[in-house]
Amino acid sequence: MTERRWVWMYGVAGDDLDARASGAAGVGGASLRTITAAGLTGIVGDVTDREYGEAALRRNLEDLDWLARTARAHHAVLETVAGGGPVVPMRLATLFADDAAVASMLRERADDFRRALSLIEARSEWGVKAYVTKPADPVVDSEPQATGPGAAYLRRRRAALNASKDARSQALASAQAVYAELGRVAELSRLYPPQAPDLAGQPAPMVLNAAYLVSDERAREFSAAVARLAKSHRVVELALTGPWPPYSFVGEDSPG
Amino acid sequence: MTEREYEPAIQGERLALVDLLDRVLAGGVVISGDITLSIAEVDLVTVSLRALVTSVSALMEAAEDTRENI
Repeated sequence: MTERRWVWMYGVAGDDLDARASGAAGVGGASLRTITAAGLTGIVGDVTDREYGEAALRRNLEDLDWLARTARAHHAVLETVAGGGPVVPMRLATLFADDAAVASMLRERADDFRRALSLIEARSEWGVKAYVTKPADPVVDSEPQATGPGAAYLRRRRAALNASKDARSQALASAQAVYAELGRVAELSRLYPPQAPDLAGQPAPMVLNAAYLVSDERAREFSAAVARLAKSHRVVELALTGPWPPYSFVGEDSPG
Repeated sequence: MTEREYEPAIQGERLALVDLLDRVLAGGVVISGDITLSIAEVDLVTVSLRALVTSVSALMEAAEDTRENI
């Protein structure tokens, strides 16, 4: 008896994808396949029930090594097939019982996918994050108001605390300005919650975690705008990532 | 800070895992209905993932080391 398999779905393209998608390996090492219906191409691969079935998924998604490996594999497939045209990415762990279920979903959601494909055509996603810049050493009054090392210590503590509070509120204001300004070069934008410093691997607090859908023609203009804004907003440090598959602009909770 | 830092430089293996997880767990098309196994509780997974700060930090440090050795 052979093991039950599931169909893992990476994304959806128009009807001219086959050559690009064949051969490459995806999640779980299986070769990619395509399923066409309603003039759309679903990019899929087969995965085992033992590792990707419902019970296994619940367990594995809590395992960071597994999650990292799987997320990277899903992403790598989308990058490979996106080379020659728009591909609408699916959320991680979108699984179907069989090819017929994929085809029927494609037919049912054909209008949505066509709308998404035209939205992302010749456009890419870019990420912009802003961190609070480390505040400069606080200025402490040289005139002693009270005597003794204890009083001086408290004054220094207070000055340091105020400086870091100021740095944060200035950084938040700058982050808002940067977010709005970059929106003028983008078609759409979306905010993610700031990443916790521990998760982001960056000790400075994050004050902006944004994604933008930018026309490929304006990609240089966009990164130049990031560089210009970094110069005029010294209280934040900006980080640009991308181009990404348009993950942030195809789902139901996406803007637009 | 120089303009060079705004050349995006993080593809492939060096791609930051947290940025990727933001997108693949909260972005992308969601199919719901009984023909899919797509996990509805993915938000819970994200929440509990974010609670695993210690292991993620360790993962990040490992990634950081790899990057420095390139």
